[in-house]
Amino acid sequence: MNIGILVNEGPFTHQASDSAYMFAKAAIAKGHAVPRVFFYYDGVNNGNKLSEPQSDDRDLVKLWGRLADEHGVDLVVCVAAGLRRGIKDDVLAEGFRISGLGQLIEAGMGCDRLVTFGD
Amino acid sequence: MLHIVVKSPFERNALESCLRLAEPGSPILLIEDGVYGALDNTNVAPAVKSAMADHPMYALDADLKARGVADRVIDGIEVVDYEGFVDLVVDKGPSNTWL
Amino acid sequence: MAEFEFETEGVVKKFMFLNRKAPYGTIYALEVLETVLISAAFDQEVALAFVDDGVYQIMKGCDTAATSGMKNFSKTYRALEGYDVEQLFVEKESMEARGLTEDDFIVDVQVVPASEMVALIAAQDVVISG
Repeated sequence: MNIGILVNEGPFTHQASDSAYMFAKAAIAKGHAVPRVFFYYDGVNNGNKLSEPQSDDRDLVKLWGRLADEHGVDLVVCVAAGLRRGIKDDVLAEGFRISGLGQLIEAGMGCDRLVTFGD
Repeated sequence: MLHIVVKSPFERNALESCLRLAEPGSPILLIEDGVYGALDNTNVAPAVKSAMADHPMYALDADLKARGVADRVIDGIEVVDYEGFVDLVVDKGPSNTWL
Repeated sequence: MAEFEFETEGVVKKFMFLNRKAPYGTIYALEVLETVLISAAFDQEVALAFVDDGVYQIMKGCDTAATSGMKNFSKTYRALEGYDVEQLFVEKESMEARGLTEDDFIVDVQVVPASEMVALIAAQDVVISG
């Protein structure tokens, strides 16, 4: 099954991105596809390569990037939400791309499920 | 439809609204701070127990454990791991997340 | 980066934006509205539901002039009709709990009891909740 994911919050302040990441990993492990994760609202901060978590904590920016690299997950950061929050190409982490809100609607249309993680 | 509740019933009305607006028969999964709604001997437990007549209830193991409350879950709420979460999403149709 | 191409030709789904948060205190109401406007370009069956504090999103008379300069997006709800987004539902119980009536809203809505809102939500293919 194709499962799309919407992440509404950034890393660290809320658990939403952690939950979404664990869910995506489990879905892929079970043989499902996660063709796209769309990052909206403060969720755009998941794509900030300047983020430097402490060494004994997880690094969600890198974890998402690795998931994209290993399983071809399309990580899309919303352009409008990103601009407001300073997430542009110069600070965009590996594995992410910036595009429009239409990519979220397309994921809703094209996936069998769209699961929201937020706060 | 699968209903996913992510906030504590002591902080927000996410669970209360979910119980009011989820179609009878539809499953409810409690994750993140939503797992506090799965605990027994709280003042929301009676409402949750009565809702269990209409809704199969699930709670996410990792989030119960992280909060030190895994041994307090109401009897009859099924504890699932992330793979179980995926199965619910796949098997129960579209999902709605109560934030 | 793995840009994915979806097969969306001819796909028409029922999308509901389920709004449960008040405006201005957080950005959710404004940004979900931006999503609603985009969704209209995809010819989907779009419905908006206002539940819990979400009913405050469509209050008449919002004026942000005395704030830091927050964008007043209240009038955008009236523009939705021009985008063929005409299915706006308010849950009666949420409205009444806040001492509101239909006259308090900036846009025409259908006020429905919780029992009908249950059926509306259950009938959707995609629910985007904020």
